[in-house]
Amino acid sequence: MGLVKYLKSADLTPWLEELAQENKVFAPRYEGDAVIFAPFDPKQEISIKHAATMPPKKTVFPQSEKLVDFTYSKDPEDLSRVMIEGKEVLPEGTAVVFGGRPCDVRGFTMFDRVYLAEKTTDVYYKARRDNTSFITLACEKPETTCFCHWVGSSPYDATGSDVLATPIEDGYVLESFSPKGQKLLTSKLLENGDRWISKGQEVNENAVESLTDAPDLSRAPQKLLDVFDNMNFWEKAAAKCLSCGACAYLCPSCYCFNITDETTGMKGTRFRSWDNCMSAQFTMEASGHNPRPTKAHRLKNRVGHKFSYYPGIHDGVISCCGCGRCIKSCPVGIDIREIVQEAINHEPAIG
Amino acid sequence: MKDKNHYLPEMATINEVIQETHNIMTFRVTFNDPGVMENFTFEPGQVGQISSFGTGEATFVINSPPTRKDYLQFSVMRTGEVTSKLHILKAGDQIGVRAPLGNYFPHEDMKGKDIVFIGGGIGMAPLRPLMLYMLDNRNDYGKITLLYGARSPVDMAFNYELPSWLEREDLDTHLTIDAEYEGWQHTVGLIPNVLLDIAPNPENCMAVTCGPPIMIKFTLQALEKLGFKDEQIVTTLEKRMKCGVGICGRCNIGSSYVCMDGPVFTAAQLKELPNEL
Repeated sequence: MGLVKYLKSADLTPWLEELAQENKVFAPRYEGDAVIFAPFDPKQEISIKHAATMPPKKTVFPQSEKLVDFTYSKDPEDLSRVMIEGKEVLPEGTAVVFGGRPCDVRGFTMFDRVYLAEKTTDVYYKARRDNTSFITLACEKPETTCFCHWVGSSPYDATGSDVLATPIEDGYVLESFSPKGQKLLTSKLLENGDRWISKGQEVNENAVESLTDAPDLSRAPQKLLDVFDNMNFWEKAAAKCLSCGACAYLCPSCYCFNITDETTGMKGTRFRSWDNCMSAQFTMEASGHNPRPTKAHRLKNRVGHKFSYYPGIHDGVISCCGCGRCIKSCPVGIDIREIVQEAINHEPAIG
Repeated sequence: MKDKNHYLPEMATINEVIQETHNIMTFRVTFNDPGVMENFTFEPGQVGQISSFGTGEATFVINSPPTRKDYLQFSVMRTGEVTSKLHILKAGDQIGVRAPLGNYFPHEDMKGKDIVFIGGGIGMAPLRPLMLYMLDNRNDYGKITLLYGARSPVDMAFNYELPSWLEREDLDTHLTIDAEYEGWQHTVGLIPNVLLDIAPNPENCMAVTCGPPIMIKFTLQALEKLGFKDEQIVTTLEKRMKCGVGICGRCNIGSSYVCMDGPVFTAAQLKELPNEL
């Protein structure tokens, strides 16, 4: 067990202010109708009653980030000759993210397997990942769209987190899970938390008890491959889909991106931005050929990737963290849980 | 050790531009940093991401062989935004190169075997580095046959090399076009049909093919008819790619990423993958 501390609710803002002296601190707050992770501002109220509308994905993987700055320069002796120089733009500084949920933060561990792979480490992701600490909030009362326990997690799973904060009456039990987390818990605002440990455990256990039974998803990888060519199955699943991509943009574990260039005058930047596999352009080739020509093909890829292809190459780990945002925010009510279960229960027609 | 930035292109200069056909151009390039050029290694079949800064990147095979390293050669068919921008470049212009990416033709496993190359149109480009590599290591391989087809003689890339290929006694070259054309002295006929006429012996032989999807489809059928097993047929795929290092998530076929696990696959491997070409 790591360090255990207790933080009075009244000291939360001062603690975050203290952390903000050396780090960029992100915390959930209302912006319009949505709760998003924004740079912490002591004058604005933090919203942690429910999981945020958007996960803190952008704190490590920004919606749009610079990869390379390039500049053109003309040869004064021959103006048709343009030299180009490209320079990498690496992120700097440390950050602390307060108030993500266990599902949100566990999502980054699904990124890690891809972005921190030995031979192809993504230096931009790594720079932010290494320099970002997560103070994660355990869930007291999972919502009906929550299914972290289907995918190998729980309302108080600390996987990927540096500190787990369990809310109890008038405060939080804080437990560190990494050296970075231990450092965060050295503040004088925190008191020894030993006598609150059992209170915290009670909250964690109650949260688990409120969950409904989880189905067995161990057959999902093979079953989804079995229905790969069954386009009736996928057309039915995707019938309502608007291809808006909300599911992918709100997903803590969706990591696909696009690379685009922008230029002004003699300067330009190569950006990386979130992309989503629900878009028809995602796989569209210059020839006009598209390996995923319909929304049914594209939904198949999204579900298949999370519950079959990714587990197939990553030790069986499902690349869905069960946060339920894709269910909650889908404008037409598509439920990924139903699709996976239907695939598992699907029996091929005889004859 | 500092991790390599896989997204940062290496700047290169175009030394020579060859107009191959009305819509295919070949670029011969060298890295601006002589040290990079000196230490650059690759295998036949590997690809690179070519940058036209301000427009973007697109994927092309390095179609010069690793045995000839004066320059790297890329052939570009004008199709979309990036390729249109590349087509206005001339000798002396700058491009970005991220290479080598992907896997390569299993030339070690092909040693001691007869080889049949079947290229259609721009599909000849990925076969070229392997064929030249084999010709540069001629004693390691058995009989080498090339069947190269295009719609018409004017659609045929690498025109300037064809006479020397036809002349070589250690290379059995067959050229074909789809329909009669004035002055054409070689075969007329669709590639799969010509292949059946040539009828290479499948025993101890590997077939390497690349071309438009419809040609591949019928070429695979022809090879099967000739007795080639799926394990004896190698092809190379293309998909829309961005990162080229297995991260950005768009070139996957099920669990396999064309940019990392490919672009080279045997027909046997392709049959194992979900049907999403």
